[in-house]
Amino acid sequence: MSKEPILFKHLAVPDINKLGVYVENGGYEGLRKAVTDMKPEDVTKEVSDSGLRGRGGAGFPTGRKWSFIPKGVLPTYLVVNADESEPGAFKDRELMERNPHQLLEGVALSAYAIGCRLAFIYVRGEFLYIQEILDAALAEAYAGGYLGKNIFGSGYDIEIVVHRGAGAYICGEESALLDSLEGYRGFPRLRPPFPAVKGLYGQPTVINNVETLANVPHIVRHGSAWFRSYGTEKSPGTKICSISGPVQKPGNYELEMGTPFRVLLEEKAGGMLPGKTLKAYIPGGASAPMLPNRPEFIDVPITYEDYPAVGSTMGSASFILIPEDVCIIYAQLRISEFFAHESCGKCIPCREGTPWLMKTVRRIERGEGREDDLPLLLDICDNILGRSFCALGDFSTSNIVASIKYFYDEYEEHIRRRACPHISATAAVA
Amino acid sequence: MAVLTDDARRRIGEYAALYPAARSALLPALHVAQNELGWLPRDAMEEVAELLGLDWDQVEEVASFYTMYYKDPVGTYVLEVCKTVPCAYLGADDIIDYVSAKLGIQPGETTADGMFTLFRVECLAACHRAPVMQVNHRYYQNLTPERVDALIEAARQLQLQSAGAPGFAIRRTWSESVENAQ
Ligand SMILES: Cc1cc2nc3c(=O)[nH]c(=O)nc-3n(C[C@H](O)[C@H](O)[C@H](O)COP(=O)(O)O)c2cc1C
Ligand code: FES
Repeated sequence: MSKEPILFKHLAVPDINKLGVYVENGGYEGLRKAVTDMKPEDVTKEVSDSGLRGRGGAGFPTGRKWSFIPKGVLPTYLVVNADESEPGAFKDRELMERNPHQLLEGVALSAYAIGCRLAFIYVRGEFLYIQEILDAALAEAYAGGYLGKNIFGSGYDIEIVVHRGAGAYICGEESALLDSLEGYRGFPRLRPPFPAVKGLYGQPTVINNVETLANVPHIVRHGSAWFRSYGTEKSPGTKICSISGPVQKPGNYELEMGTPFRVLLEEKAGGMLPGKTLKAYIPGGASAPMLPNRPEFIDVPITYEDYPAVGSTMGSASFILIPEDVCIIYAQLRISEFFAHESCGKCIPCREGTPWLMKTVRRIERGEGREDDLPLLLDICDNILGRSFCALGDFSTSNIVASIKYFYDEYEEHIRRRACPHISATAAVA
Repeated sequence: MAVLTDDARRRIGEYAALYPAARSALLPALHVAQNELGWLPRDAMEEVAELLGLDWDQVEEVASFYTMYYKDPVGTYVLEVCKTVPCAYLGADDIIDYVSAKLGIQPGETTADGMFTLFRVECLAACHRAPVMQVNHRYYQNLTPERVDALIEAARQLQLQSAGAPGFAIRRTWSESVENAQ
């Protein structure tokens, strides 16, 4: 990135996870400024003006979300979505692991903006060590007076509780997350009422992603105009992009919004491993439609607006690369298995449809596909899309539709030859 | 009959006090119970229910929804290898086969000595460190057959050394004693 990174700026600073080092590097300055010098609505206004949009996938304007919290209905809650269970996504993990105070400061600031005094960070169950890191950072911040009662002598109290899930992708869906946090199965809730009106324990609630909130201290400290100097008109700021697959340097890279995917792939991740060529990639984790390796798809600027223009979505910017030597049907099978496993079972189109998709893809992959399996897959997708209770159902269809669209021949060949051409190709060599 | 230690009961009480509604402590309470017992027998769920003022079936309904709670006995070490895309084609399938052959168990099974259980699981948010597994919910990344050998050896050693100690203590010591390659 030509400009200084925002969220990863301090990654190279040794011990930035320690309170003292974080403070020496300007940490908690934004929080001090806000609680001693700004009204809560000023914080919301600054964030609105910055154009910050939700980094959890949907890209909803963050300041606008906060402004839906009704005045005078107390208590209000802030819940941080740290469920990070989308295949291909591992950015929130690094943000929390390496710079926990940046998130805690963002949580406190955002809580202040919506008048919340008790906030929750919902980490996925597998993030046991992240919970330990956050709890240790919290203990330091309480002891140092940066969080807790009457911070900076302002009269404002903020307490943060780290809550760990127990293995369920659906709990990343914000209303299912609330049910889970209340001690129930993670089932999505009917909307309206939206969480801003009736959320956690029936109270006004804001739910934001880790990366979204990690941006807030920087916006408050440096101002919305500064933030807008990064990125595009519709997608201000930077994005932490997770890239995985057979590349030289898989990992997380902070890029200015609008950077072409090609830069992430070729410069940041160092290109494909020797002997591997790119066949297709998924820009936004398993729920985003894959795109084949064609120049027009490789040069897409990474923004909320540019991916929909080519028929996909940026989502959480989790780029999964699929190389030429991997069978698309096999990759799709693993994706379909994921959604069948993670469907919560609340609504019928998703509960019945996702295993049906999985079984159909599985028989094609095994060389037992039937002639009408491709129309059947698309028909099942049609009956899930827009008909399920939450977006998980929709997500389960996106790569079926995209892989059939772009790799029709591969599907067709599996069905016609009654075998996986990839397996027979390897078998022939062996 | 109480199956949880006083310490576990105390920790569950502390969790309950953290939240505006005690029921919110259900997931943390089940983690505490499972850490002590290795899995969640009905007795444990009944005790958690009693501590949080719930009925046992309310607890069971929740426990059965989440994959990290074991409703059947598992080994001292639970090996959970990610099989999702992209891990799948970055060596995960080979690692699963390797562990399976080495321990003589299929995914979902436990070794006869009760030491190891193998599961295939969905994405662990470590795709850049593929192949990856969790052992008792701690990460082991960039796996190779050699690393798997070392992990299993270390697990066996520590099990011998701390025979008789409560399960969780063994687990913690063990995972901290093995360098976690990034
Ligand atoms: C099935 C499903 C899974 C989701 N998983 C996550 C997740 O792991 N993390 C996340 O931040 N948002 C996830 N979301 C999006 C959330 O519902 C919500 O939009 C987001 O947390 C809002 O925060 P933001 O505005 O800061 O992005 C998921 C949505 C769906 C439908
Ligand atoms: S696919 Fe294995 S950790 Fe993400």
